[in-house]
Amino acid sequence: MKKLINDPADVVKEALLGVEAAHPQLHVDHENKVVYRATGPTPGKVGLISGGGSGHEPLHAGFVGLGMLDAACCGEVFTSPVPDHMLAATKAVDGGAGVLHIVKNYTGDVMNFEMAAELAAAETGAEVVSVVTDDDVAVQDSTWTAGRRGVGVTVLVEKIAGAAAEQGRSLKEVADVAREVNANGRSMGIALTSCTVPANGKPTFELGEDEMEVGVGIHGEPGRRRMPIAPARAVAAQLVEPIVDDLPFRRGDQVIAFVNGLGGSPLIELYLMYGEIARILEGSGIAIARSLVGPYITSLDMAGCSITLLRADEEFLQLWDAPVRTPALRWGI
Amino acid sequence: MSDGRIRLSQFKDWLTEFARLIADHRDELTRLDAAIGDADHGTNMQRGMTAVLAGLSGDTVAAVCKGAGMTLVSTVGGASGPLYGTFFLRFGAAAGEVAELDPTAFAAAMRAGLDGIVARGKAEREDKTMFDALAPAVETLEAGVGASLGDALHAAVDAADKGRDRTIEMVARKGRASYLGERSIGHQDPGATSVALLVHAAASTLA
Repeated sequence: MKKLINDPADVVKEALLGVEAAHPQLHVDHENKVVYRATGPTPGKVGLISGGGSGHEPLHAGFVGLGMLDAACCGEVFTSPVPDHMLAATKAVDGGAGVLHIVKNYTGDVMNFEMAAELAAAETGAEVVSVVTDDDVAVQDSTWTAGRRGVGVTVLVEKIAGAAAEQGRSLKEVADVAREVNANGRSMGIALTSCTVPANGKPTFELGEDEMEVGVGIHGEPGRRRMPIAPARAVAAQLVEPIVDDLPFRRGDQVIAFVNGLGGSPLIELYLMYGEIARILEGSGIAIARSLVGPYITSLDMAGCSITLLRADEEFLQLWDAPVRTPALRWGI
Repeated sequence: MSDGRIRLSQFKDWLTEFARLIADHRDELTRLDAAIGDADHGTNMQRGMTAVLAGLSGDTVAAVCKGAGMTLVSTVGGASGPLYGTFFLRFGAAAGEVAELDPTAFAAAMRAGLDGIVARGKAEREDKTMFDALAPAVETLEAGVGASLGDALHAAVDAADKGRDRTIEMVARKGRASYLGERSIGHQDPGATSVALLVHAAASTLA
C-alpha cells in the first residue's frame, strides 16, 4: 500500500484537520467528526445533513456550504457514523424549520440515522425527515435484498434539495424535492481496479489486468459481473443502456448527465467517457440540459467511473442553477 | 455457582472474554467481510469492544449491559454498531436491575437481545446474517437451561457454530452482501462468525 498518510487509524481525523485548515468558511467538530458551515444554522431554513462512511470525498463534507448541506457527518472509512454524531449535527443545524437527513441506502447508514432521528425526537422534539437515496441500477430491487444502493444521485439530491431549502421552503417541501430527484435519477458504475482501505493495507478485491467489474458499488464491494475489459465506447454503452431502460428515460426527455470518477481515474478519461455518453444519448433523442464531470462521490483510489442520469424538469434545472458555494461545487456567486 | 446462578462479575468476564476473542479473530472477521462486504467488521468490532472494556462498570446486570450497548452503538458504526448495541440494550433491560440471574432469566434475556436484533435489522432465518448463528444458540439455551446451564451453554456453542457454518451456503438477503446475490454463496457470514464468538465467550465464563 502506498498512501499519503501517517497512522492508518488517524486518516479521517487528520483529513478533517486539513479540511478545517483549507476552508475557513467551514467549522469542524473534531470530537464528533461533523463539518458545519461556520455561519451556524440559518434561522427559518430547513437544515440539511448528510453523512456516511468516509472515503467518498468530496462527498459529503465538500458539499457543506451555501446552497447545499448545513452539516456532514464523517464516519470512519466506509463505516457509517454513529447516532451520537448525527444527533449532535441534527441539534446544531436546526434553525427552527426542522432537519432533513439525506441517507444513502446502506444497511448501516439507514440504521444509524434511524437511531439518531429517534434520539433527536426524544431529546429535543426536533422535527426530522429522512430521505433515502437508492439509485444504483446494478442492484436488483427486491424484498430479498437490502435494496438499491445510494450512489451518484446523492450529489444531485444534495444540490437540488439544498437550493430548495435556501429558498425558505418547508421541511415537507424540501423532502419532497429530494425524493423526486431520487425517484428520477439512476446510476451505474464500473471499476477497473479495487480500492485499498488504509486500515487493511491491501486491495479489497482482486481484479486481473484484463478485467473490469461492472455494477460496482462505492465501498469496494464487488459488482454483479466481472468481464473482460473493453474500449470506452463499449463500456459507456454497458452503463447507459441499463440506466435508460430502468427508469425508463424516453426520447424527448431532458437530463442532467453526471460522469463521476471513482477516485483513481483521471479527468481526461472521464471527459472521454462523457463524450461517448453524450453521443449515445443524442442517438436516443435524450437531451442533456446540464452536465457534471469529475470525481464527486469516490471510492478511495478505485479506478473507474459511474454514470448518473437525472430526468430534469424546469424546476430541477432552476434549483440546479441556483447559487452554490461549497469546497467542491461553486457557481452562481 | 452450584445453584447455577450467574453473578454480575461473570457478565463482566463474558464481555472481557468476548473482547479477547474479537481481538484474536480480528483479521479473520475482516477477511470474511472483504469477500462479501466492505472489509471492516474485525476492526470495527475490536474498536467497539476495546471501548466497552475501558468503560466496563455498573452494579447491576442491566447497568453493565446497557453501558456496553450504548458504547457499541457509539463506537462501532456500520450495521454492527446498532445491531450489537441493540442486543445488549435489550439484554440488559430484560435482565433487570439485579446482581445475579438464574439460568432461565439468562435465556430470556438472550431471547430479548435476539428479538432486538430482529427488530432493528429486519433479518429473517437464512438471510445469511448474525441471526443464523444466534437464533439456534438461543433456542438451544431455552430448551436446556432448565436441566444444566453448563450443558446448555456448550450445546449453544455447537448450535451457533453449526448456524455460522450453514451461512456459507446461503444467499445473502440483508446488508451489503445482498448486493452480490448468488455470488455470496460459498462465503461465511462475518456477523454470524462474530456472534458465534459471543456464544463461545458465554460458555467459558457463565457456567
